[in-house]
Amino acid sequence: MTAHTVGVAFDPTRTWRLHPQVAVRPEPFGALLYHFGTRKLSFLKNRTILAVVESLDEHPTVASALAAAGVDHDQEAPYLHALSVLVASNMLVRKETP
Amino acid sequence: MTSIAPVPRLVEQFERGLDAPICLTWELTYACNLACVHCLSSSGKRDPRELSTAQCKAVIDELERMGVFYVNIGGGEPTIRPDFWELVDYATEHHVGVKFSTNGVRITPEVADRLAASDYVDVQISLDGATAEVNDAVRGPGSFDMAIRALENLANAGFADAKISVVVTRHNVGQLDDFTALADRYGATLRITRLRPSGRGADVWDELHPTAAQQVELYNWLVAKGDRVLTGDSFFHLAGLGAPGALAGLNMCGAGRVVCLIDPVGDVYACPFAIHDRFLAGNIVSDGSFDNVWKNSALFTQLRQPQSAGACGSCGHYDACRGGCMAAKFFTGLPLDGPDPECVEGYGAPALAAARDKPRPGADHSRGTPIMLTLQRPPAKPCNESPV
Repeated sequence: MTAHTVGVAFDPTRTWRLHPQVAVRPEPFGALLYHFGTRKLSFLKNRTILAVVESLDEHPTVASALAAAGVDHDQEAPYLHALSVLVASNMLVRKETP
Repeated sequence: MTSIAPVPRLVEQFERGLDAPICLTWELTYACNLACVHCLSSSGKRDPRELSTAQCKAVIDELERMGVFYVNIGGGEPTIRPDFWELVDYATEHHVGVKFSTNGVRITPEVADRLAASDYVDVQISLDGATAEVNDAVRGPGSFDMAIRALENLANAGFADAKISVVVTRHNVGQLDDFTALADRYGATLRITRLRPSGRGADVWDELHPTAAQQVELYNWLVAKGDRVLTGDSFFHLAGLGAPGALAGLNMCGAGRVVCLIDPVGDVYACPFAIHDRFLAGNIVSDGSFDNVWKNSALFTQLRQPQSAGACGSCGHYDACRGGCMAAKFFTGLPLDGPDPECVEGYGAPALAAARDKPRPGADHSRGTPIMLTLQRPPAKPCNESPV
């Protein structure tokens, strides 16, 4: 169904992006994500994680995307965990290197 | 997903409603080649006021604007609408995913090839028995073979991950592992949902709904094997049987909050199991738009307010089941602020035994007796014979 394999390890030193088949709908609480390939729904539970997810592909590493969204270094852990969950469910994929 | 900041629980957010549904059910036609005894929309004959192709496309445009991810198309048998494939293509071209439910009648090898080529269409084949004997008693003679043929055609075409959609009854609850084996055979996923006393289901619910012992059996099966099965969040009335979170899913009633139903004439109901004036929110044509009905109808506004626990207020399981299914209570003649007819604490049974007044479904599109598949020929009039 897709070229991307499920179960890729989350490496925060790389550039990630939303899977091309994922639709994002912002909501007052954060956002809904729907993956048309796996037909799975996910939830982003605040607007900061939404901003991070939407800007991942503009940053060389996850750390720089987090910093740009205003997440302090000592606040990173829950965001990294959330991103790893999105990687495990194939919502996020590695940005192909040119 | 993991919670990051101390925000209200997702379920609480959803109970207040969203600006647009996550998904919705759209019954495209009341016409059907089968006459299943438990049909929740009492389908059979086409309604002559059915939305036109242009009106359906306008609905899809609106769903795209609202950010609805996908529609669950059903009926009736949606594939017998002459413009069905045109509407499916129109929806996917407009970023509205399609899942459609069918009895398999039109899933020929050619159609299966076409479906296998799309990433945005999902197919659910309805089957209510893992054997022809159990299935055909509910869905009519020949319906098992028809569904299996459709599954074979899909598998042969390379269509990945079709769904086998089962309504759990007293007679098939013992076949859950057989359904899983059937799904495995065709590279499909099993989806099981709750039998509701809606439509013609009101007439057979007493005989067909799983017994209290079977509900426990079903719950245990879901906890043990539920990660491989879809339920449409159907069994939240069973959540009180075990630890919180043991049952996968949000386990809440989404009616008018995150889901709804559009019927073939454009009437909008709170959920697919609530086709009755009591749960009619409006009409997409006479009320101007679906968006207007979703955002402003008095019924949906009321459903998004905190609901009274009523007689269930003192029960320790109320947080788990939230009083159960509104439609199941309504169509069995039970009060909406009391226990579900299949309450796991057993409070439904005495309520069912007491005097009750069961409401009739809003409209009956039945053709009378089950009519089996015949060769296609144009009907003399739109609604005086089998639509196939």
